[in-house]
Amino acid sequence: MSNLNEIKRRVVTNVENKPFWEAAGQGRLMVGFCNACGENHYYPRSICPICYSTDTELKETSGLGQIYSFSVTRQADPPHIIAYVTLNEGVTMLTNIVDCDAGTLRIGQRVRVHFVEAEDGCAIPMFSPL
Amino acid sequence: MSIRGKAFVAGIYEHPCRGAANKTLAQLHAEIAKGAIADAGLSMGDVDAYFCAGDAPGLGPLNMIEYLGLQNVRHMDSTETGGSSYLVHVNHAAQAIAAGHCNIALITLAGRPLADAKEGKSGGFHNTEAPDFPFEAPFGANVANMYAMCAKRHMHEFGTTSEQLAWIKVAASHHAQYNENARLRNIVTVDEVLASPMIADPLHRLDCCVITDGGGGLVVVSEAVARGLRRPLVKVLGAGEAPKHLSAGRVDLTFSGARWSGPKAFEEAGVTAKDIKYASIYDSFTITVLETIEDLGFCEKGAGGRFVSDGNLISGVGRLPFNTDGGGLCNNHPGNRGGMTKVIEAVRQVRGVAHPRVQVPDCDIALAHGTGGLLGSRMGSATLILGNQDA
Repeated sequence: MSNLNEIKRRVVTNVENKPFWEAAGQGRLMVGFCNACGENHYYPRSICPICYSTDTELKETSGLGQIYSFSVTRQADPPHIIAYVTLNEGVTMLTNIVDCDAGTLRIGQRVRVHFVEAEDGCAIPMFSPL
Repeated sequence: MSIRGKAFVAGIYEHPCRGAANKTLAQLHAEIAKGAIADAGLSMGDVDAYFCAGDAPGLGPLNMIEYLGLQNVRHMDSTETGGSSYLVHVNHAAQAIAAGHCNIALITLAGRPLADAKEGKSGGFHNTEAPDFPFEAPFGANVANMYAMCAKRHMHEFGTTSEQLAWIKVAASHHAQYNENARLRNIVTVDEVLASPMIADPLHRLDCCVITDGGGGLVVVSEAVARGLRRPLVKVLGAGEAPKHLSAGRVDLTFSGARWSGPKAFEEAGVTAKDIKYASIYDSFTITVLETIEDLGFCEKGAGGRFVSDGNLISGVGRLPFNTDGGGLCNNHPGNRGGMTKVIEAVRQVRGVAHPRVQVPDCDIALAHGTGGLLGSRMGSATLILGNQDA
């Protein structure tokens, strides 16, 4: 079992990504959304990487998705699980799977976002099986 | 403008060391430069173009050009795409030669990750200013687990197995036994690969390349220079380069940038995968080889596991002899960058001077491929096709 409280990491914020991390601190998982082309993108950017409009904003997600792929590092204690999760909103993000039995995880498994507090007060969007 | 037949690889040098605690990085580059220039039958004063990547100490190519005492450089390039940089450099050198900007291009790579680690220097590839960094670093992304996720997804979509991946290491080990400089010379079995410690599931320790100090160099010259050297003529037939990235969250880990760099190289060379007698395939991990072989068209997407099994990559045994020096999996991965040694062994094969036990008969056309960066996120892919004078 991964213990949420044992995972503490640091986030590098800047003027462009700060709103994403502030929302994360409030328990909201955001993706980039472009008002011009209507497409989501991840990670969020000020200029849409699809149509290059500057009319972008953050859009709150359902926090739900499924595991696209993952890898368990068992030497870590607790086992460290890195994953790509495809959100219901269609974009895939790098994350960790926590609060789970590493032995039963599978690709396609439904997961929900679970914010984990980081060293500097930030909250990091990780996922747990539904 | 095509580069086909416009440039020749006239000099190669692979530094024999695998640990370089007693040498500086600049010193390694210089030993390599001397070795490659000597192999070409040229002198350092002949060099009119210099290429290096991010492994070279200093500001782009400038500090090494000074250290090497080069006085006649009129073309320089420090394109950095990680371990594939040196294949890109060959392409760019051939383009520059074709355009008349230079005639004798020197390319060097050196690294000392083992020595650096002992000295307490960090060797990480992370750039905290990269815009993706804050969205990846908090999750403990590292080289092994980013490749592992590709393997896991490939297994999920196509039924690829750990046994099939292990065959890639087995083939490399069969070749490495003949290379007296190889870091690992023991032949290993599929069972031994599977029994080695799991690093990042599903990749075992023996699915991972070695870490070595050292490096290598190349000299790329115009046809007029090449014909005056009385050395084996190794012609640059074609090249392709392509980045692949996460596409704003439209992620597909089952293929590499070779899907795009390969066809460009084949088209320029006027050949197909069927014409390739020998292939140097970037082998940071076994999964890197498997996806690349599919993407280059040696087999269909998803059929790579079956293709690499049962010794099909072993010279003299299988259909596609690969990495006959032992590759990064067994021989050498200097500075955590395997592209240079991929080109060097392909040149040896076309020259006909690979170890006799692994030399491919009548190797008129060879391929080298590099994958720089991470297969699991963003990479620079580069494909190079080389041929003998008749190709």
